[in-house]
Amino acid sequence: MNWLTKLTPPGVKNIFTKKDTPDNLWIKCPKSGEMVFSADLDGLMHVTPAGHHMRIGPKLRLGYTFDNGEYLAVETPNVAKDPLKFKDDKRYVDRLKAARAKTGDKDAMSIGVGEINGIKSVVLVQNFAFMGGSLGMAAGEGFIKAADYACEHKLPLVVFTAAGGARMQEGALSLMQMPRTTIAVQRLRENGLPYIVVLCDPTTGGVTASYAMLGDVHLAEPGALICFAGPRVIEDTIREKLPEGFQRAEYLEEKGMIDKVVSRKAMRETLSNLLAVLMKSDLVKQSA
Amino acid sequence: MREADAIRKKSDSQLQLIYSKIGPWEKTQVARHPLRPHFSQYCQGLISHYTPLSGDRKFGDDNALLGGLGKIRGRSVVVMGHEKGKDTQSRIQHNFGMANPEGYRKAVRLMELAERFSIPVLSFVDTAGAYPGRGAEERGQAEAIARSIDKGLSLKVPFLSVIAGEGGSGGAVAIATADSVMMLEHSIYSVISPEGCASILWRDGTKAKDAAKAMKITAPDLKDLGIIDTIIKEPIGGAHRDPAQMIKTVGDMAVKEIDRLSRMSPNVLIKARRAKFLEIGRSLLSN
Repeated sequence: MNWLTKLTPPGVKNIFTKKDTPDNLWIKCPKSGEMVFSADLDGLMHVTPAGHHMRIGPKLRLGYTFDNGEYLAVETPNVAKDPLKFKDDKRYVDRLKAARAKTGDKDAMSIGVGEINGIKSVVLVQNFAFMGGSLGMAAGEGFIKAADYACEHKLPLVVFTAAGGARMQEGALSLMQMPRTTIAVQRLRENGLPYIVVLCDPTTGGVTASYAMLGDVHLAEPGALICFAGPRVIEDTIREKLPEGFQRAEYLEEKGMIDKVVSRKAMRETLSNLLAVLMKSDLVKQSA
Repeated sequence: MREADAIRKKSDSQLQLIYSKIGPWEKTQVARHPLRPHFSQYCQGLISHYTPLSGDRKFGDDNALLGGLGKIRGRSVVVMGHEKGKDTQSRIQHNFGMANPEGYRKAVRLMELAERFSIPVLSFVDTAGAYPGRGAEERGQAEAIARSIDKGLSLKVPFLSVIAGEGGSGGAVAIATADSVMMLEHSIYSVISPEGCASILWRDGTKAKDAAKAMKITAPDLKDLGIIDTIIKEPIGGAHRDPAQMIKTVGDMAVKEIDRLSRMSPNVLIKARRAKFLEIGRSLLSN
């Protein structure tokens, strides 16, 4: 039972960890420009009064998603470290070390198992703060682990995506995570288990072009950038300015790529409604 | 005459020597050489009874990713591949081999057709990547690529893929999740172009040579990493010096692989294909 690394204590302790809160006391809302006291954001699920959804890490996300913020953390597999001996301005191993120190996590993926309005689920969170959430071998194995755990225990899988794309420091090994994670999605399907994707800001590149677009249901947080090629790359290609809101969650909803834009506050209820139907569960507690 | 032969021989051995030592950046140039055989030439040289098939049945056709039905030395195949074009006009017509979502949706359609009639799929990869355009994004480029990867991995028929030139990123892997991935000796296959990697990680596009080296994009490197299965030897001095010979060699090896894979049952094929992709990277942990 070594994957049962820790049983998190109930309640708020888990939510107010220092690692996820920014260092500055006041934060400027990117949407309205108003200054928001950072301590206030903790009580607002890191959504500014104007409705801007701040990027959040796995501890906050898992805490917000599960009943009473309680969950079991499942350890992600170890992978070969720096197989290409990659070095640009900095060595890849040094970048990894810095990202680990900054986030306190092993890599970009964190797995939690707990209940969402009483429905037991596996939740995988991709952390943009860890080297841009990039899809390297560790993230790929993390995804596969979460899906396998779900299959083994007959549980649904909910994935919160956030990534700049591939981890270039792992070259084609990173590229191979696109088919590898897709195989994990296929296993979920074969086991008749729901796979719900929640696209968070930003979800781009090879992540969007694999498991993020293969969900049974696609939800997205308001304002999230979701794309294959980023806006800057496209502007460079077509040499024109892109319209406001291009590739944002609301735009993708309009274009038919996602089912629903859901605010952070409403996410738990939306997820539990979907899971109650798909899992044919009547365990769901009335939250109204 | 004898003198000419001697000179030719000397030139060949010099060329062989030079090409045996070329690095990843030089290989990138060879892989992109305008005279390197492209999909249309492989198709012309290898596929009889060929009927090109168009359209994704949803929105449109894509000239960067072509495909159709034909026979390779008597065996029915669904063939598809990126086409870059060979001169300015045809390059524009084929969008420089960079497919839009319609291309990947057409690929899925062709794979479904292959499945319905139990015909093997043969794909040729030669692209800098999927097209980063406004329309492509609006019509779901990411979803189209994801579905193509998904289809390839669950395909009930033999699937063989040849990395013929440039294997660029998601746009390449979309049609390369094959039972057997073969790569030409001087082709490259990578997560991002060396130029793109250099401009992001080095913040300097001119460092492409360093990026090409660091990313391990050559056939021998990828064979060592377990990402490709077979290296196809090129004629002396590269495929562009003797396209006819190159096309013949590819045909010989493709037919051999198709015959081997055709002896396997659909279940065994799918299981082995998935196991192969899942194994990538795992063996590196024990080293």
